[in-house]
Amino acid sequence: MIWQFDLILLTLVVICAVAAITVKDLLSSAIVLGAYSFLMCLIWTGMGAVDVAFTEATVGAGVSTVFFVAAIYHTTRRTKD
Amino acid sequence: MIRRHEDIIIESLARFLTPFIQAFALYVLFLGHYSPGGGFQGGVLMGASFILLVIAYDIIEGKRRITEKFNIVLNATGVMVFSGTGLLCLILGGEFLDYSQLAAILPVGPEEARGLGILAVEIGVEITVAAIMVSIFLDLASAGEHEEALK
Amino acid sequence: MKTLDIIGWFAVLTTGALLIYGTAEMPNWGDPNSPPSTHVSPRYIEKADEETHTPNMVTAVLADYRGYDTMGETTVIFTAGVSCMMLLRRRQGK
Repeated sequence: MIWQFDLILLTLVVICAVAAITVKDLLSSAIVLGAYSFLMCLIWTGMGAVDVAFTEATVGAGVSTVFFVAAIYHTTRRTKD
Repeated sequence: MIRRHEDIIIESLARFLTPFIQAFALYVLFLGHYSPGGGFQGGVLMGASFILLVIAYDIIEGKRRITEKFNIVLNATGVMVFSGTGLLCLILGGEFLDYSQLAAILPVGPEEARGLGILAVEIGVEITVAAIMVSIFLDLASAGEHEEALK
Repeated sequence: MKTLDIIGWFAVLTTGALLIYGTAEMPNWGDPNSPPSTHVSPRYIEKADEETHTPNMVTAVLADYRGYDTMGETTVIFTAGVSCMMLLRRRQGK
């Protein structure tokens, strides 16, 4: 595992995680969580856990984003706080 | 949420992509023995193909393909396949989920029988996960109405 | 800054510091002498292929050696779907 690549990925993961809870728009928050899941998927792949990476890509980035978007459509799009 | 827009590009692209996603889901399931993948990932992909169809068209069109009753039956079938495999091993004289006992009814040795038992179990997981993903999505997207849309 | 904010920051920072303190004791990544790689993993790596005819040993461990766990996982997903259906589904004409 190349440490420079690792460092870039981990920095991006932290940025995505902070952005997902600070952004006011809930729809953007869901999409940023999807990006977070894909970066986590890359990290798992770098560690050699390909099965976990596959699950993360399908469930975390694919289906759960769809579920979040479906749920956000039934509530207000902007956070109150 | 899901109102039909009659957009020909989106609809034909979804119709075109759906069989490929489903073929990839089956590939992931059956090559889980040799490459990354397995029942869970294949099931999510299989459910996602149906979700794509529902998003591109609407819920009425989706329920015309898989009715709600059939989906509920599929939900339980997967768990039943899984635990039924375990129960079959129990009946054949082994322990619960000890697939080597399946060699008594299959024309293979105990090691190959364990591989086939793994395949049977993964098929059960795939069926349940695919059906559950579709059912949760339909419930969430339409707030339980399962009709055309609220907004 | 409200009191709730201060309590929240305190809880988050304390938990984070404790987690970082906990990782200091963990073995290195891929360490061959760590407890997970010395006890049960070599057995699976040596015997999984010849015992189950499954080259991907993750699948072999997940569905064969730890099959009961996977059955519980499937039951959890089934329960999640059924409870979602019970909570959200509304019949027409009610």
